Amino acid sequence: MTGTTPLIEIKNLTKTYKTGDIEVKALYDVSLNIQQGEFVAIMGASGSGKSTFMNILGCLDNPTSGEYLMEGANVFTRSKNELAELRNKKIGFVFQSYNILPRTSAQENVELPMLYNSQVPAKDRKEKAIHALTSVGLADRIHSMPNQLSGGQQQRVAIARALVNDPVVVMADEPTGNLDSKTSYEIMEIFQHLNEKGITIVMVTHEPDIAQFAKSNIVFKDGKIIANELVKDRKNATELLKNIATLSEDKATT
Amino acid sequence: MRITNLFKVAFRSLSRNKLRSFLTMLGIIIGVASVIAMLAIGEGSNQNIKASIASLGTNSIMIFPGANFQGGVRQGASSIQTIKVEDVEAIAKHCDLVNYVSPVDQKRVQAVNGSENWSTTILGVNNDYFTIRSLSVTKGNSFTSSDEHAAAKVCVVGTTVVLNLFGDEDVDPTGAIIRINSIPVKIIGVLSKMGQNTFGQDQDDIILAPFPTVQKRMMSSSSYVNSILASAVSEDQITDAVDEVSGLLREKHKLAPSDDNDFTVRTQSDISNIFGAISSVMTILLASIAGISLLVGGIGIMNIMLVSVTERTREIGIRMAIGAKGRDILVQFMIESIVLSFAGGLIGIALGIGVSELVAIFGGWPVVITLSSVLLSFSFSAIIGVFFGWYPARKAASLNPIDALRYE
Repeated sequence: MTGTTPLIEIKNLTKTYKTGDIEVKALYDVSLNIQQGEFVAIMGASGSGKSTFMNILGCLDNPTSGEYLMEGANVFTRSKNELAELRNKKIGFVFQSYNILPRTSAQENVELPMLYNSQVPAKDRKEKAIHALTSVGLADRIHSMPNQLSGGQQQRVAIARALVNDPVVVMADEPTGNLDSKTSYEIMEIFQHLNEKGITIVMVTHEPDIAQFAKSNIVFKDGKIIANELVKDRKNATELLKNIATLSEDKATT
Repeated sequence: MRITNLFKVAFRSLSRNKLRSFLTMLGIIIGVASVIAMLAIGEGSNQNIKASIASLGTNSIMIFPGANFQGGVRQGASSIQTIKVEDVEAIAKHCDLVNYVSPVDQKRVQAVNGSENWSTTILGVNNDYFTIRSLSVTKGNSFTSSDEHAAAKVCVVGTTVVLNLFGDEDVDPTGAIIRINSIPVKIIGVLSKMGQNTFGQDQDDIILAPFPTVQKRMMSSSSYVNSILASAVSEDQITDAVDEVSGLLREKHKLAPSDDNDFTVRTQSDISNIFGAISSVMTILLASIAGISLLVGGIGIMNIMLVSVTERTREIGIRMAIGAKGRDILVQFMIESIVLSFAGGLIGIALGIGVSELVAIFGGWPVVITLSSVLLSFSFSAIIGVFFGWYPARKAASLNPIDALRYE
């Protein structure tokens, strides 16, 4: 990968929260490169700064100091509107609590980012939304309301929404935090497929077994990166799910 | 971002909360409807008053005897008699700007026909009176100048008099002889029905007789007259005609330049202006009360939009996370409040017109819905939508994405 510009280049990032007179350093002099096509899991205990890092990476929050280049271009110097455009076109978000709009059908939720993207013509919106929902296995739940969907299905709607504007990077903040392990594997299966297609994925998680699905793991502690290593025995979600299926079949027959 | 998309976003968001949207609109609906209904009722009564004043004749000039002034005490209009029959003749002869003139003697009388009797008003007038007041005779004829010269015992009656003396309005009483204050008088005509005027007076409860008949046979035969009714040649020349009549009467009454008039001249436009002013004060009063309810409706919109911004902070955060700019959020909330106030305004117009029509049908009250009142209340509601939508929209747009997302 040497010679090519990294997708994300973070230099000396610092974030300080002020609560009254007390200064809390959430991030302290963090530098990191993420290449195109990577699948990074960010690990760390609660309060280690991983979520703050993620929010800054996703242009949702501003740092106290530091530099951030995306595809070689400076991010922090951009205006609020340019950042909104960046989030719309380059970044897809997946949250722990799904964050899909209530009382709004799956299709309408997925259409939402396209409504803010003037490059998508109105006539293509429906088709693209249905395509994105089909790609996450929700072809039959297009018109369902969020309260008719399970947690895993809601998270898939959120993933479809993240994908619909063809982002270069998907940022997932504890995407499996509210899900059981089987559903978590299903979500990881989708992420691994996406990654195979060339989409960079940055995922925050505190579950070590979920982190095993990524290509590399970064560990945060007290606002600093203490480890950045490749995953040795990387798990394959599709195979795991097959095993679970055969296991339950065995149980059923005995 | 295209504005059509934002309209779509706003409409989706409004239709997700139908009950809340409707309740928000309700304030505007009631405000607009009441402004329209109030203005319609006000304008209706205004026009009604004007019409009934106009029915007295728009060109007409009334001359009453002036105030008595004795020992420093002024006793009010008509407290003495100063106008004579000769004054009427002089006006007819010398005033070029006056085309019709009639003396008017008025008296409460008891009319009797067989076993029926009825208390009514008799007016002693000449034939010009019919022209000035635009009166027409449906059955029979009005009296002739020979009737006047002879002080003939003839009269023309209103339909209320016919009803009370003959038991039925539709009876043709012409030729019948009734007794008015014990004097037998022959009915030679019936006036066409006019109904009540604005002041609730029955305009058909009247008997008209030649002036000399009333003056000589029913009044104590004085040479004075109660009042004079005249008409100017045109509405534009009323003021000049009034000056002409006043000058003539001053001359006839031999008043020195320092003396006050011993008579009062009034025109229909004076009266019509007074009632017009009263009516518009009432209209303004009603409309301002209605306007306050419109304002309260607008504050209702602001209230709901503010609550909505707080309640939907997370939604705003999500929208921002997936690429909505501050301006998109601002426009979305503005569109929501404008759509609410526009829709409320339109429904309010329909309701206001409906209420006005119901008042007209069941209340028997004249209503006039003017285009200006509809435009006024509608544009007011639209302005309210923009004005009260701005602050909450601004508040929503200025949120930080991460703060909005984390909002619980």
